[in-house]
Amino acid sequence: MLKELTKLEMKKTREGFGHALVELGEKDERIVVLAADVTDSVNAGFFARRFPERFIQMGIAEQNMAAVATGLSLIGKIPFYSTYSVFSTCRCMDQIRISICYSNANVKVCGAHGGISVGPDGATHQAMEDIAMMRSLPNMKVIVPCDYWQSKRATMAAAYIDGPVFLRFGREAVPTLTDESTPFEFGKGVVLHDGGDAAIIACGVMVYEALVASEVLGKQGIDCRVINLHTIKPIDRELIIRTARECGAIVTAEEHQVYGGMGSAVAEVLVSHVPVPQEFVAVMDRFGQSGQPDELLRAFGLKSEDIVVAVKRVLKRK
Amino acid sequence: MNPFNYSAEQLQAAALDVRRDIITMLVEAKSGHTGGPLSCTDFATALSFRILNHKPSEPHWADRDFLFYSIGHVTPVNYSLLAECGYFPLKDLMTFRKLNSRLQGHPHRLDTPGIEVSSGSLGQGLSIACGVAKGSSIDKHPRRVFCVMGDGELQEGSCWEAIMFAGHYHLDKLGVIIDYNKRQIDGEVPKIMDIAPLADKWQAFNWHVLEIDGHDIQQILAAYDEMLHYQGKPTVIIAHTTMGKGVSFMEGKSEWHGKPPTMEQGEQALQELGTTYDEWSSRLLAG
Ligand SMILES: Cc1ncc(C[n+]2csc(CCOP(=O)(O)OP(=O)(O)O)c2C)c(N)n1
Ligand SMILES: [Mg+2]
Repeated sequence: MLKELTKLEMKKTREGFGHALVELGEKDERIVVLAADVTDSVNAGFFARRFPERFIQMGIAEQNMAAVATGLSLIGKIPFYSTYSVFSTCRCMDQIRISICYSNANVKVCGAHGGISVGPDGATHQAMEDIAMMRSLPNMKVIVPCDYWQSKRATMAAAYIDGPVFLRFGREAVPTLTDESTPFEFGKGVVLHDGGDAAIIACGVMVYEALVASEVLGKQGIDCRVINLHTIKPIDRELIIRTARECGAIVTAEEHQVYGGMGSAVAEVLVSHVPVPQEFVAVMDRFGQSGQPDELLRAFGLKSEDIVVAVKRVLKRK
Repeated sequence: MNPFNYSAEQLQAAALDVRRDIITMLVEAKSGHTGGPLSCTDFATALSFRILNHKPSEPHWADRDFLFYSIGHVTPVNYSLLAECGYFPLKDLMTFRKLNSRLQGHPHRLDTPGIEVSSGSLGQGLSIACGVAKGSSIDKHPRRVFCVMGDGELQEGSCWEAIMFAGHYHLDKLGVIIDYNKRQIDGEVPKIMDIAPLADKWQAFNWHVLEIDGHDIQQILAAYDEMLHYQGKPTVIIAHTTMGKGVSFMEGKSEWHGKPPTMEQGEQALQELGTTYDEWSSRLLAG
């Protein structure tokens, strides 16, 4: 199923989001999209131009945007509100907590520019706490797609998942691992490569890095399973438990703070069911900085080489 | 159409009952907010029994008007009116704030019929009301949206994002009533963080502004009438009120923002309101 890793087409996840909104808008009158002065950078502009009457420009007012979206949901609309992930989550956390989640309002919280790979804008714009914040809220679901097609599919699916959903996208073009026909099953992790020595569980852009790492490890005789855990909440408990039993050692890889992210979510499952050793490839409790996306991934220890090292470390503890 | 369509006299009688409910449920709960609910009572009663197009037997009726109490803490007046309108039995009021009650300290959409959204964190209600009003205008649906706000609440910056939004989009089916009791938890609003001049601020944000005595039923009804007919801009009614209105020893005292009357204070309050705790709690428990 996997194509050769060096020859993959590069596409942006946020574009998959934008294209999905248009497709959704075409078939469902209830879809409305909100944006806060970064309409084209989050690719909500595709929808805005196609359905101007169902697009709501909010100005730079994210707290209002989250709660206006709540109001729209109360009369049966399916609102997707969008801006950079730092602003669609952190900036209006209280609105998300009370108006959206406590009410179980049918609002889709969309964050473009997740992770360190945002690049030169630096720490302020690199969302690295959003997964932790969103997954701590009752009723919220959390999805971090790995590429263009998965972003498109996940966005389409989110429209019909009842209640609040957080969708996280990235800024940069990333290798396209799935294609138009790859299904998206909400809440189900995907085994991309089988193996029994250890397992790498990744999300977002780190799924590609995990595959590269497993190829490198394979050449050294270490057979790694690779899982794309696109849905972080509800977490695929069954798959994680089975993987831990079969592989006996886990490495998680994410473009997010080590505290509270996908790795923590996996660890929560492991400690209470199959306490196998785990290593975390993540941002180690520090803010980001300016730089080119790839330089930053390297500087923050989020490249395939770092995953290789983490796998070798976890194998020593197996 | 409002299903009750009360006259001014009937509204005054209903408001008295609501004040009795508020005191009785707070005495029973031994916790909760007294001052704000009593200052909102008159204009809120008029909304539920004269203005709002709703069907208490069918809380999710699709063509209903929406009413939001952005000041979530005024649950006593909010719940009393829902019960008096028939959304749930009066006896539920005696479970307010207790374990497993469907009447939470602050409103929860999933628990209580007639509660449109969960609230209790100040500064969110008007934004939600804006969402309903904007969505209704997209659908060309004639529904009206009302939002009750506090004067202290207006210190929250997010309120002004919503005020700007409603003015910008000319949401003329949206109406706000401000409970301008000049009191908040720490004391007098002008001393804590002044929000005056209120009328000028809202006007500058492209709202139609009315200013009334929030305890004068004629002025309340006249203001609602103008709100319902005004086109092109959202309307705000700045209702000058008195915290704790109707109970002499509570009036104008910010200390009554967030505490309930003791049994003794409750008896005294209910006496001023022409009843007793026994009589009124029996009425609630029988309902
Ligand atoms: C965001 C937020 N901050 C603080 C509080 C705590 N709080 C509840 S009511 C209140 C005072 C509100 O003043 P006002 O709107 O004038 O209401 P009133 O006291 O007149 O009832 C405060 C600070 C809250 N509920 N939400
Ligand atoms: Mg006040």
